[in-house]
Amino acid sequence: MSSTAEHHHDDHHHGPAKGFMRWVTTTNHKDIGTMYLIFSLVMFMVGGFMALIVRAELFVPGLQLVDPHFFNQMTTMHALIMVFGAIMPGMVGFANWQVPLMIGAPDMALPRLNNWSFWILPFAFSLILSGLFFFGGGPASGWTLYAPLTLQGGIGVDLTIFAIHMMGISSIMGAINVIVTVFNMRAPGMTLMKMPLFVWTWVITAFLLIAVMPVFAGAVTMVLTDRHFGTAFFDPAGGGDPVLYQHIFWFFGHPEVYIMILPAFGIISQIIPTFSRKKLFGYESMVFATAGIAFLSFIVWAHHMFTVGMPLAGELYFMYATMLIAVPTGVKIFNWVSTMWRGSMTFETPMLYAIAVVFLFTIGGLSGLMLAIVPADFQYHDTYFVVAHFHYVLFSGAIMAMMGGVFYWLPKWTGHMYDERLGKWQFWLTTIFFNITFFPQHFLGLAGMPRRIPDYNLQFAEFNFMSSVGAMGLGITQLLFIYIIYKAVKGGEKATTEVWEGAEGLEWTVPSPAPYHTFETPPVVK
Amino acid sequence: MFRPLGNKLLSILVGLVSVLMTNAAMAEYALNLPPPVTSTAEEILTLHNLILLICLIIFVLVFSVMFYSMFAHRKSKGAKAASFHHSTTLEIVWTVIPVLILIGMAVPSTATLVRMEDTTESDMTVKVTGYQWFWQYEYLDDDVNFYSKLSTPRAQIEGREEKGENYLLEVDREVVLPIGEKIRFLFTAADVIHAWWIPQFGIKKDAIPGYITESWVRIDEPGVYTGQCAELCGKDHGFMPIVVRAVTQEEYAQWVAENQAPSDSTVSSANQGEELNAAASVATN
Ligand SMILES: [Cu+2]
Repeated sequence: MSSTAEHHHDDHHHGPAKGFMRWVTTTNHKDIGTMYLIFSLVMFMVGGFMALIVRAELFVPGLQLVDPHFFNQMTTMHALIMVFGAIMPGMVGFANWQVPLMIGAPDMALPRLNNWSFWILPFAFSLILSGLFFFGGGPASGWTLYAPLTLQGGIGVDLTIFAIHMMGISSIMGAINVIVTVFNMRAPGMTLMKMPLFVWTWVITAFLLIAVMPVFAGAVTMVLTDRHFGTAFFDPAGGGDPVLYQHIFWFFGHPEVYIMILPAFGIISQIIPTFSRKKLFGYESMVFATAGIAFLSFIVWAHHMFTVGMPLAGELYFMYATMLIAVPTGVKIFNWVSTMWRGSMTFETPMLYAIAVVFLFTIGGLSGLMLAIVPADFQYHDTYFVVAHFHYVLFSGAIMAMMGGVFYWLPKWTGHMYDERLGKWQFWLTTIFFNITFFPQHFLGLAGMPRRIPDYNLQFAEFNFMSSVGAMGLGITQLLFIYIIYKAVKGGEKATTEVWEGAEGLEWTVPSPAPYHTFETPPVVK
Repeated sequence: MFRPLGNKLLSILVGLVSVLMTNAAMAEYALNLPPPVTSTAEEILTLHNLILLICLIIFVLVFSVMFYSMFAHRKSKGAKAASFHHSTTLEIVWTVIPVLILIGMAVPSTATLVRMEDTTESDMTVKVTGYQWFWQYEYLDDDVNFYSKLSTPRAQIEGREEKGENYLLEVDREVVLPIGEKIRFLFTAADVIHAWWIPQFGIKKDAIPGYITESWVRIDEPGVYTGQCAELCGKDHGFMPIVVRAVTQEEYAQWVAENQAPSDSTVSSANQGEELNAAASVATN
């Protein structure tokens, strides 16, 4: 197969254009994937810096650094930037690089759309960030932008709403591209049930994106018209309904959680078999579990709002439906562990990340199950317990899976092996600081500390101190992450075609670095 | 390469844990929900402990398998990869067992929830209104009505004075409630959504403008119980605490007599400022 891949038709193909315009006008999936990944990394650092401002203020009791309004802007923008700027574009970056390579396609099906969907993002996020410089500052009502609080914000809220429209368009275009590519451009013999799991998780994610991004756009547009055009969808003074906003938001927001985590599951499902030198256990049940989770994600949204005073029947329904998600999620975890069972394991950095994700994500999954129990949720809701829960799911789920994915595919992307020693340092420091930051937050929440507060009673001081120390370490460690990537781009040990001993799949049949054009003649999959 | 680095990090970790342990011994960290003072909070604590225990058992079982495998099935120990990748029996087993465990969790949760949501046959009703950023309490049966605001001095917040024990959990007027009575709360808000929460009572309910939500407590022991607004409500969301003083029924009757509105029972008290009344009337429409 590798000979097919290296076969070039030099008469009608050329390498990348030179200079800045290469990146502006490119329609190459690898270039666009790279831009997505770099954009994601930049946003990760920006959002992380905001988190450090939050943790610096919470270092000790009292107000020291920032005023409470600015604090609220930081918590809000940290979340918006991490969710929409770091995790989602990062996953699209992986999709752009890997989906064509994994299914044996020469490029994404809709390359110009691909260029557009990326280039919208820098403008969208400049818009969100520019809110900080206007009177009233950026959005400060939490990433959920709950009405009626959001109706009170300054021009930064309007800029955020426009930015959400733009990045929504970007996400939908990206999702369409993935779906069209996967359904039309698979190599001969690459049946749906032979696709690598990463491709499967992304197709399912793409359907989720198309289903729910318009819902979010609709919700924020209604906020916009409430703010400026005299409607009262959510304003009780005009007969509107603040709870309606929450229902619409979470109908988007819950699938959104899976939009962030399913591709991460996909990455993990690629890494674990490679370093166990054994096929993924229960491939079919993995596909069905992914689809099952995606379906359930549409019918559990109100578990985010048990305290709004729903009728008993509603609370019971959403509790039972939410608990059900534990079943397909459990199947995935058992399958990963069974893949490792009686394998022949080595523990390079990507594998360390994959194992840490399985382990730490499960903590987040189990605390999620606890949050589904309505009576207990009345205690946990809107406390640091929830903050701990979703950081275990999103940081040690989505972000650490992406870091593992970067180490896994970096040799294929750059042609150089990354520095394994530094990679392991980066892994251990990240994992340890992550746990120092977020594990104590479970205790803070149980002890009664609400989330989104800039100051707290002395009884919460020790754990907050610990959490802030961890956060500073976690932030600084990511400079090492950037350095490792930089070093691998610049040079290092040459990577082989296969890169990893146990790696299977079409992407490991093309040379490292992957040539600018691959699979111009489709490979044949047996 | 994996081992020596792992060992180094392990020793750092052990050092850190020991530092934290000594701290913990001194500071007496709260690691679980605070001591319950209502039957609701009691039931929630039991439920929480039960589910936490089940989760811990599952966690330990699953990951002892994983860590054993990581130890035994490593290439450096000469492990050869097996070729199995499918087992219908196993997959059915680990679908069915979780379902059974979930049913086991759902039954007690449902029972507790049904009791929590039953606000009928209450002995008295208190209406709570959230404002940016303080609370209003109206005792609907006893003609008592007042506002309750943070009383921590600015100097403590800004670090010019030493912080007291009740830092940010103290108010100018406490909510006085009798023990042993079934007290129904009605919640609403005048501006944005707030949430009324006292961890030791086990209730947290959103106060939503245009809505009236309800909840109830029966407090077992006299004492002072604190909580905070739990729904982000703007700039001073972190500065609108709740303080309840639970007293015997005789003391409560005396307190009511001292605090009753002079004659008519209009909800708004003139000396609280015009804006508040305007805001409150929006909320109660
Ligand atoms: Cu509030």
